[in-house]
Amino acid sequence: MAKDDFEVPKLPTYLEIPEIQEGIMDGKGPFKSVEEFQAPLGFPGEKVKNWQEVAINKMGELKSKYRSVQVFLDACVKCGACTDKCHYFLGSSDPKNMPVARQDLFRSVYRRHFTFAGKYFPKLVGAKELDDAMLDDWYNYFHQCSQCRRCSVFCPYGIDTAEISMAAREVMDAVGVGQKYCNQILGKAITVGNNLGLPEPALRDTLLDLEEEIEEETGVAVKYPLDQKGAEILLITPSADFFAEPHIDGLIGYGKVFHQDGVTWTMSSYASEGANFGMFIGSYDIMRKAALRIRKAALDLEVSRVMVGECGHAWRVAYSFWNTLSGVGAGANSSDEHAMKLQKQLDSRYPQPQHIIEYTHDLIQRDKLKFDKSANDDRTVTFHDSCNVARATNMGGIPNGQFILPREVLKAVCNNYVDMERSTIMESTFCCGGGGGLLTDDLMEIRIKGAMPRMQALKEVEKTDAVDTLVAICAICKSQFSKVLPKFDFDPYMIVSAHQLVSEAIIMDKPETDNSDAEVAEETETTEAE
Amino acid sequence: MSVVSTFFTALFYISLVIFVVGMARKIYQYWITPAPLKIPTAPTPLTQTGVVMRMAREVVLFESLFKSNKWTWLFGWLFHIGLALVLIRHARYFWPGDLPEIFLLVQPFKYAAFAMVIGLIGLIGRRIAVERIRYISAPSDYLMLILILVIGISGVVMTFTSNHTDVIMVKQFASGLLTFNWANLPTEVHFLVHIFLAFALLAIFPISKLLHVPGVFFSPTRNQVDDARKKRHISPWALKQEQEQEVRLNETLGKDE
Repeated sequence: MAKDDFEVPKLPTYLEIPEIQEGIMDGKGPFKSVEEFQAPLGFPGEKVKNWQEVAINKMGELKSKYRSVQVFLDACVKCGACTDKCHYFLGSSDPKNMPVARQDLFRSVYRRHFTFAGKYFPKLVGAKELDDAMLDDWYNYFHQCSQCRRCSVFCPYGIDTAEISMAAREVMDAVGVGQKYCNQILGKAITVGNNLGLPEPALRDTLLDLEEEIEEETGVAVKYPLDQKGAEILLITPSADFFAEPHIDGLIGYGKVFHQDGVTWTMSSYASEGANFGMFIGSYDIMRKAALRIRKAALDLEVSRVMVGECGHAWRVAYSFWNTLSGVGAGANSSDEHAMKLQKQLDSRYPQPQHIIEYTHDLIQRDKLKFDKSANDDRTVTFHDSCNVARATNMGGIPNGQFILPREVLKAVCNNYVDMERSTIMESTFCCGGGGGLLTDDLMEIRIKGAMPRMQALKEVEKTDAVDTLVAICAICKSQFSKVLPKFDFDPYMIVSAHQLVSEAIIMDKPETDNSDAEVAEETETTEAE
Repeated sequence: MSVVSTFFTALFYISLVIFVVGMARKIYQYWITPAPLKIPTAPTPLTQTGVVMRMAREVVLFESLFKSNKWTWLFGWLFHIGLALVLIRHARYFWPGDLPEIFLLVQPFKYAAFAMVIGLIGLIGRRIAVERIRYISAPSDYLMLILILVIGISGVVMTFTSNHTDVIMVKQFASGLLTFNWANLPTEVHFLVHIFLAFALLAIFPISKLLHVPGVFFSPTRNQVDDARKKRHISPWALKQEQEQEVRLNETLGKDE
C-alpha cells in the first residue's frame, strides 16, 4: 500500500454493509522479501523466470496435498453469505476483500488450468490467466487477509478463506515473491529460536531484570527460570512477552501463578518462541521446523508438561497442529516412533499442550489461588476473543471452552466484566485486523480499516457500560490494538493481557525470611484472608 | 421409435454416464486427497456423534447460512427443499409397473414445485439486485439458476395448467429408460424442454459448482472432530516426509543444528 495518507474510518453507530468501492485498496502490498530472507527458508530470492509454470505446478501440488484447497475451490456456489463477514471488507469497502472475491483471485486461475469448464469456456465461468496483473492482485489482496476464519463460520460449506490465502502465499513464495515481514521473522525463529532473534544471554538478562523488578514491587522472589533441566513445565510464549508493553505484564502474571502453585517450570532459550509464522505463509514444512525446536527443547529439558502463553496463532498451531507436526500431544500410533517417545515423556494426566488460561482456570477451580478482586475495581473489563483461539481451538475439553474459560478467569479476578455485542464475539469474533502476518507498518492502512468493526463494538460498550479495559490473549491483538486504539480515540493503554489482571489481583504468599518479616507476612495474610 | 425419442433416449444415457463417471471421479479425488491438518471451525464438536449432528444440521437446515443471511437462507432453503420433494415425487415416473401405495402419500409433494420456483426467483433477484453479489457472479452463476428455473417452470406448467402431458407415455418412456424397454415419449414442447434441460443438468453436474453437493461432506472445517490433542492426526504424505527425515533428526537430537 503505497498510499501515504488515507482516512481513518469513522465509527458508525450501527455497523453497516458498505457500498462497494472497486480498487480502493489496490496497491503494491507489503514490502517484498529479498534473497537474504528467502534463501534460509528455501525460497527463490527473486521472481523466477518461468514463474507462471512454477506457480501452476505448485497449485496442482497443493490441491492434491490439501483436501481443503481442492474442495473449497470446487464447492463455492457464490451465494454471497460471506460477502459481508470480513472485517477488511467492512472497513475498506473494497470488493476484493469480500472472502469469496478474495478466493476467486485464486479460484479463477484454478478454473483456467484445472477444470474442464475453465479450459474451454473461460468467460462463462470466470476463469482467468495468472498474469502479472493477477499476481499483483494476489500479492496485494492475499496480504489483506488475516486468516481469521470468520467467513468460514458463516459459509454453508465451511469454505475457509484462510486455507486459500495460505495456499496463495505458498505459491507466491515458491516463485520468489515472498513477504518480507513473515519471512524475515521465520528465518530468526528457525535459527535463533524466536521471532525477535533474541539470543540466550539477552533473554537471561531480560528475565533477571524482570525478577528484580517483581521482587522490588511485591517483596516476593518470583523466578523466571531459563533452560532448567528437569522442570515440570516448559512454557512456550510469544517473544513479545519478554520485553514489550502490555505483553510483559502478562508474563509477570504467569510467573506469579506458577510461583503460587509451587510448580517447577522453565522457558527454553533454544525454543523461546510460541508464535509460528509458518502457518501464515502456508508452509507445512517450515511450520514443522519451528515446531520441532519446541519438541527438541521439551526432550532436552526433560519436562513432563508443555504449556503455551497468551498468543493466538501460537495456540492454534500448538493445539491443533503440534501433535501432527511434532508429536506434542497424545494418541500417537505405535508405528509413530518419535512421537511415541515424546508422548511417553509427557504427563498424560494433563492436556498436552495446555494453555496458560486452562492452567490458571484449573487452579482457580481447585481453590489454589486467592485474589483481591478489588485491585481491579478501577477497571470495567471486556474480552476480545482472539480469532485463532476462538475459531480454531478448544480449552478445557468442554464444548466452547475457549469462550468460557478466559471469561471465568477474568470474572474471578475483577468485579466489573461486560461482554461486547454477541455477533462480534466468540465464534463470530471480529479480528483485531493485524493477524496473519499483517502486523507490519507497511500495511497500516488495511490494519486500521480492518480494526474498525472491532472498534465499533468496543465503542458501544464504552458508551453503555463505561468499559475502559480491553483484554486479549494474543500477542498480535495486543500489539495491533496498542497501535490502532488511539486512531479511534481510545486510550492505547486500555489493552491488557488476561494475566495482567490476574497479576494485579493475585494474593501472593510472602516468603519467610527472618522472624519479624515473617510475622508481618502472616499478619498481612490473615488480614487479606478476612 | 421416433427420431426425437431416440435422441432423448441416447441423451439420457450419455448424461447419466457423464454424471456417474464424473461424480465418481470427483468423489474419489476428494476421498484420496488428504487433510493434513486439523482445521475444524468453531463451534466445533468434540465427538464423532457431534460431527454427524453438525453435518446433518448443515445439510438439512443450512445452519451456517441461517446464521449468515436470513434472505439467502430462506430462498436457498425453499429451493432445495422444494427440489428434494419434487424429485421424490418424480420417482413415480421411473417406477416400472404398478405404483406402491407410498406414492399416494407423496402426491402432495407436487406443490413443492412452487417453493422451488419461488426460491429460485428469490435467488436470481438477489443476485441481480444486491450489488456485492452481482460483483461475485459469473455468467454461469445466472445460467445455472435460469436453467433450473426453466426446468421448474416447465414442470409447473405441465402439472398445474391445462398443458398436461400424457402421463402414461411419460411413465412408459421414463421407466423404459431404467428397464431398457425403450418407448416413445410425448412431444409437447414444454415436456421436451423440461427433460432436455434436466438431462443437460445431469451432465453439467460434475464440472460445475453443483459439486457443492458432494463437497459439503468433504469439507474439513465441518467434518472433522476437534480432538487434536487427544489423537495424532497425520496424513500419509506428511508421515512419509517425517520418516525420511527421522534419521537426520535422530542425529541432531540433543545438539544445535
